[in-house]
Amino acid sequence: MDLSPKQSSPSESTRFPDEVLERVLSLLTSPKDRNAVSLVCKDWYTADSWSRRHVFIGNCYSVSPEIVARRFPRIRSVTLKGKPRFSDFNLVPDNWGADVHSWLLVFASGCPFLEELRLKRMRVTDESLEFLALNFPNFRALSLLSCDGFSTSGLATVATHCKNLTELDIQENGIEDLSGEWLSCFPENFNTLEVLNFSNLITDVNPDVLERLVSRCRSLKVLKLNRTSSLDRLQRLLISAPQLTELGAGSFSEELTLQQHAELKYAFGLCKNLSVLSGFWDASALNLSAVYPACSRLSFLNMSYTALQSPELASLLPHCPCLRRLWVLDSVGDKGLEAVGANCPSLEEIRVFPTDPFDEDMIHTVTESGIVAVSQGCPKLHYILYFCRQMTNAAVATVVRNCPDFTHFRLCIMNPGQPDHTTNQPMDEAFGAVVKTCKKLKRLSISGLLTDLTFKYIGEYAKNLEALSVAFAGSSDLGMQYVMEGCSKLKKLEIRDCPFGNVALLSGLERYESMRSLWMSACNVTIDGCRSLAREMPRLNVEVMKEEGSDDCKADKVYVYRTVAGPRRDAPPSVLTFSGL
Amino acid sequence: MERSSSSSMELDSDLNLKATELRLGLPGHCGDDDDGPEKSQISSTSPTTVLTIGRSSSGGSNKRSSPEAPSSNECRSQSDSSASGVEFEDRDCAPPPAKAQVVGWPPIRSYRKTCLQQQKRGSESGMYVKVSMDGAPYLRKVDVKMYKSYADLLAGLESMFKLKFGEYSEREGYNGSAYAPTYEDKDGDWMLVGDVSWEMFISSCKRLRIMRGSEARGLGN
Repeated sequence: MDLSPKQSSPSESTRFPDEVLERVLSLLTSPKDRNAVSLVCKDWYTADSWSRRHVFIGNCYSVSPEIVARRFPRIRSVTLKGKPRFSDFNLVPDNWGADVHSWLLVFASGCPFLEELRLKRMRVTDESLEFLALNFPNFRALSLLSCDGFSTSGLATVATHCKNLTELDIQENGIEDLSGEWLSCFPENFNTLEVLNFSNLITDVNPDVLERLVSRCRSLKVLKLNRTSSLDRLQRLLISAPQLTELGAGSFSEELTLQQHAELKYAFGLCKNLSVLSGFWDASALNLSAVYPACSRLSFLNMSYTALQSPELASLLPHCPCLRRLWVLDSVGDKGLEAVGANCPSLEEIRVFPTDPFDEDMIHTVTESGIVAVSQGCPKLHYILYFCRQMTNAAVATVVRNCPDFTHFRLCIMNPGQPDHTTNQPMDEAFGAVVKTCKKLKRLSISGLLTDLTFKYIGEYAKNLEALSVAFAGSSDLGMQYVMEGCSKLKKLEIRDCPFGNVALLSGLERYESMRSLWMSACNVTIDGCRSLAREMPRLNVEVMKEEGSDDCKADKVYVYRTVAGPRRDAPPSVLTFSGL
Repeated sequence: MERSSSSSMELDSDLNLKATELRLGLPGHCGDDDDGPEKSQISSTSPTTVLTIGRSSSGGSNKRSSPEAPSSNECRSQSDSSASGVEFEDRDCAPPPAKAQVVGWPPIRSYRKTCLQQQKRGSESGMYVKVSMDGAPYLRKVDVKMYKSYADLLAGLESMFKLKFGEYSEREGYNGSAYAPTYEDKDGDWMLVGDVSWEMFISSCKRLRIMRGSEARGLGN
């Protein structure tokens, strides 16, 4: 740095060339850091704008594509999230919006060097996929999670035209699955793929095409097959791609001869670098043992698509000494979870999904004992998602006493409004224990019979809380008020079927601009309340989704979010937009 | 404090007691080992808005929709048919009232719901069971999966064997007919068709036997 004596003003003497500043800033990758940097001064704002390569947009309507392209002309990678999270559970009408096409149109001219696009809960049509494939010559990575509106034809255009594709990640989408032909659209000399995930799809892909593709792509690290992939094919794929770090096996139910089993086991043994395993639909106990040789470095095991029983899990886990994340179905039962506690000392995350969420069969289920057993054996646990049919306050208190470092605590007692099944008391003390003990808590989902006391606890203790999900809880407006007043870091609040009305809604007036969004459905909010909110806070979009046949003054579903783009113009007729502008 | 949606109101009035009831049993339904008439009362006095927790028609992929309504009122105790007491509404009364169900609860992604259903359906594809009829020279086979409900199945059997079953009632089985449909379950026991939920029936039925009414009456009691 050249401190010339001629320069008198202090700002000039400490100034260094833009290129250097940009270079330094480019070492900061986290969006939060970058956002902070851009607020320091105009020079830094400009430097950040020119050097920003990745933009994360948590709500596609909070900003317009024009604003993004204008501010960050050189971005290479965009992550875009669209519909409210409750759309995953069918609470949002199909035609709600979040269509990616308008973004692509703007980016094609404003950010033509775009290489990566990661979309979550967006509407994506085949037309958009084709546009993407044809207008972004450097395009390399496409990830679609929980999106809808496209078919396998759209994938075909991507495979055909994106010459440098390294990543095609299709997860859990509402996709129209016409045929597996799309895989055959990759050119014969195409070999750059590093990530291929088509586990979402049902139709068969040509196995020979797949094998040739996999053997050509020497950099392939992630391969997630769909259900129709047979074990025989899997074995051949593993032999040609032992370098894989993540594998999604296909169906695992076929009956194998001893020879076939041995060959499969051998193939798994070749994969020394596997850290993530998933898939395994309909896995039989016998077949699972073929996987053991590949588990020594496993850090994430996702068995949530197969109804494993406790003995199978208990046999599998000792082979996975490094396991940090585990997803299972509740078919493993409390006994299976005891095996988890006994075999997984490094476990940091566990998710237990229900095998039969709508079937009240008590056989396949886990109880409070299971979660306690896990907490006893896994002190490093910091993420839990647990679906169950019964819980007690004492058990939850024990769990957080054993594992005080929870950052994500999501408990779903599947019967709405169910109390502690031993004391018949509300579950207030359970969540009270969680927020009092877990100082680092960022995300909380509550359930069971809950009064305003739960919310009082949350407001008082959960000072780091960023996301809260509430259903069938609370006794009065006070509940929501406690949260709005106490949780200063709250970013996302979703509420359904709670007795919170306009007073509660308006109590958060000061907070909504520092939050990403608020969702309230089947509460007591009225249209007038929404109107008042919009009037007071012009930089919020207040949207109401009306249900057929509902009262004129009721606001059935309310979605409030901050935006610099003004009210959106693409809302369907069933969505009323209130704006203070 | 008023509740906004009518389904929440029903939650209050229907389940207020039940929510605090100490039960390990199945949520969202009658629960008691009471007899038929009380149950039909519950289902008919709360027409469109009874909260049926457990059966969701959301997601577009869940094929277990309202026509199976009787099953959602059932206590799913595995083998004890006397405690089940399903109101056989399909055949006896007027069609069951449309039940509002909790949309989007429990919060499972549509994708996962579809996957699990495909899994279940896939693992039990095409369920052919033998059907014998007392006095008939040979057996028949039917694909139980082809039928959507008891009414459907019985109509199919009636047409296949050229007979009529009587009216089903929980107390008296198939009264007023020469024949009664029975089935052998997973445990090897002979059960009267219609006592348990359709889903449970499908998963436990190994074979069917159309029994002479005189023998069947013993079963019905």
